[in-house]
Amino acid sequence: MSTLDIDVSPQATPPRGAAKAAPRGHRRLGDPVFRVVALVCGLSVAIAMFTLAGVLIYNSWTAISELGLTLLTTVAWSPSSGSYGALAALAGTAITTVIAMVIAVPLALVIALLLTELVPPRAARVLGTGIEMLAAIPSIIFGMWGLFVLVPFMQEKVAPLVTESWLGRLPLLAPGPTFQGGGFSMLTAGLVLAVMILPFITAFSRDVLLMVPRVTKEAGYGMGSTTWEVLRKISLRYGLSGIVGATFIGLGRALGETMAVAYLAGGAFLEVPRSVFDPGTTVASLIALTFNEARTELDVSALIAMGLVLFAITMVFQVLAQIWLKRARRTTGGRA
Amino acid sequence: MAQARAADDGGAGVSAPATSQNGVGAPSPSRLAALRPRSHRRRKAVDAAIRGFSWVAACAGIAIMVLIVWEVIRRGIGAIDWGFFTELPPVVGEEGGGLGNAILGTIVITAVAALIALPMGFFGGVWLAEFGRNGRVATAVRMVANVNMGIPSIVVGVFIFAALVRPLQHYSGFAGSLALAFIMLPVMARTTEDILNLVPNELRESGLAMGVPRWRVTLGVVIRAARSGLITGAVLATVRVAGETAPLLFTALSSPYWLDGLFGPEGFFGGPTANLTKTVYDFSGMPYERMQELAWGGALVVIAAVLGLNVLMRLIFQRGKEW
Repeated sequence: MSTLDIDVSPQATPPRGAAKAAPRGHRRLGDPVFRVVALVCGLSVAIAMFTLAGVLIYNSWTAISELGLTLLTTVAWSPSSGSYGALAALAGTAITTVIAMVIAVPLALVIALLLTELVPPRAARVLGTGIEMLAAIPSIIFGMWGLFVLVPFMQEKVAPLVTESWLGRLPLLAPGPTFQGGGFSMLTAGLVLAVMILPFITAFSRDVLLMVPRVTKEAGYGMGSTTWEVLRKISLRYGLSGIVGATFIGLGRALGETMAVAYLAGGAFLEVPRSVFDPGTTVASLIALTFNEARTELDVSALIAMGLVLFAITMVFQVLAQIWLKRARRTTGGRA
Repeated sequence: MAQARAADDGGAGVSAPATSQNGVGAPSPSRLAALRPRSHRRRKAVDAAIRGFSWVAACAGIAIMVLIVWEVIRRGIGAIDWGFFTELPPVVGEEGGGLGNAILGTIVITAVAALIALPMGFFGGVWLAEFGRNGRVATAVRMVANVNMGIPSIVVGVFIFAALVRPLQHYSGFAGSLALAFIMLPVMARTTEDILNLVPNELRESGLAMGVPRWRVTLGVVIRAARSGLITGAVLATVRVAGETAPLLFTALSSPYWLDGLFGPEGFFGGPTANLTKTVYDFSGMPYERMQELAWGGALVVIAAVLGLNVLMRLIFQRGKEW
């Protein structure tokens, strides 16, 4: 490309759309300046992230040096009694994320199948847009909807139905010591998270399924395979790394989602939830709910350390997602 | 039947390099199990079940979206009148009032964020697509940008709090703008890059062959060709952050007053600035009917703006794959 970057005779005519040729001197200056401006902006994207990491580490240093690993190993978060522990929040993050993934991944896969294989392109477009619109709804709206609609529903209908029947004696379903009726619970938060990450996993999965060469799939159909068999034995194997990447993207979103969980999880910072009907909290919602109550230097620093923990966790999954998606792109030669 | 299945499996093994170890060597026990004939009727039934399930899943997803939008409209429409857009929130427990200051604040905070992030993201994307390409630096920047898009927005809020609010000892609307700009930057850069990559190379080459300097080819020819996609990308990136709450919690905070000037205690740089999402969050948790009604009204304004602009951009430019 750079060989084309040559100086030319002044009588050359610029193409339509480009302004008239500037005097020679300006032209010489234009390219390097443009290049540097673009480079600086490009690098700023990367610099921004390293600045974020640096600032978080610097500002959480008080807490890290004073509390060390007890930040992660203490259960309860209760600054007023001197307890700064993320374990309950970490457990809550894991529980809500697992619930969301278990629900959203299979749904996203079959929706992606529907959009790529089962309906004609025009219908797929309409359906796809509908699902994508879910991604456009701000998380605070999900939170409010959950608070006013889903929480009463879970509390009055679902939780009694499950906890008072034989199901309520099973581990993970039996109400724990912190049970508050099941409205504000890990399950409610997980359900809303599932809806929130569904469009993201669907979109990435759809792109992955679209990358599977038509011939390969047709070979399967030609052998008499059903749609499901082609998906399971051909498309999913072919696009496995892409699907894994898509799953990690969804996972990363679920881990860091704040507002909806802050509304719905119950804000219980003291104990690890024993059941999906128990209230709890996640790292993200812990930060959101307690930040403005932080009084001392150590309180604030510990909360910033929580931000650092959340950043580190999501980084791991995002990087894994990028590696898998990249692998999918390499095996198929397409763009996911 | 059994033979057909075996061939089917073998085909899958060959076509997927990642699992090619299945395609060679002696058949494992699981492969032998796969050779067992399975009833035609059962295979068809499983397939029909999955097809049915996929329709149910897609309809459920869309139904939930419709339910949410309907709920917001139903509860919020009553709060919408002229005063909602022009008045300050009422004192707690009183009637009347509106969210005028919060709506204005959100517009200002989002606009400033867009002014910061869109040009930077745009030029960053130009660099990735036109200069960096597949070089080592560009690959790294692209990776960081992708990862950046996955950073939880609450973490960005904490970052701006630690970097700006804490040292200056006061919240400000500008801090909120910076947090939103941070979120927009990688989105805009990657969108710009993806769209510029769609512009055929012949356009660039013909421009350069005519002796036009590189920067003019890029700005005058390439960008012009990609105009509609870029506008869509910029609008969607802006709309997306306009609905964010978490980054504003500890940066712009909230305020019961109108935005007033720049550096005063109620100014954009000087103090907490009212914004729609944080106000909705605060009011929705208050045990007063009027506050909750205002919160739903605010939610309706947010959702109408976000979904409306999304649909509008799609209708205008018919680009189905933008988020």
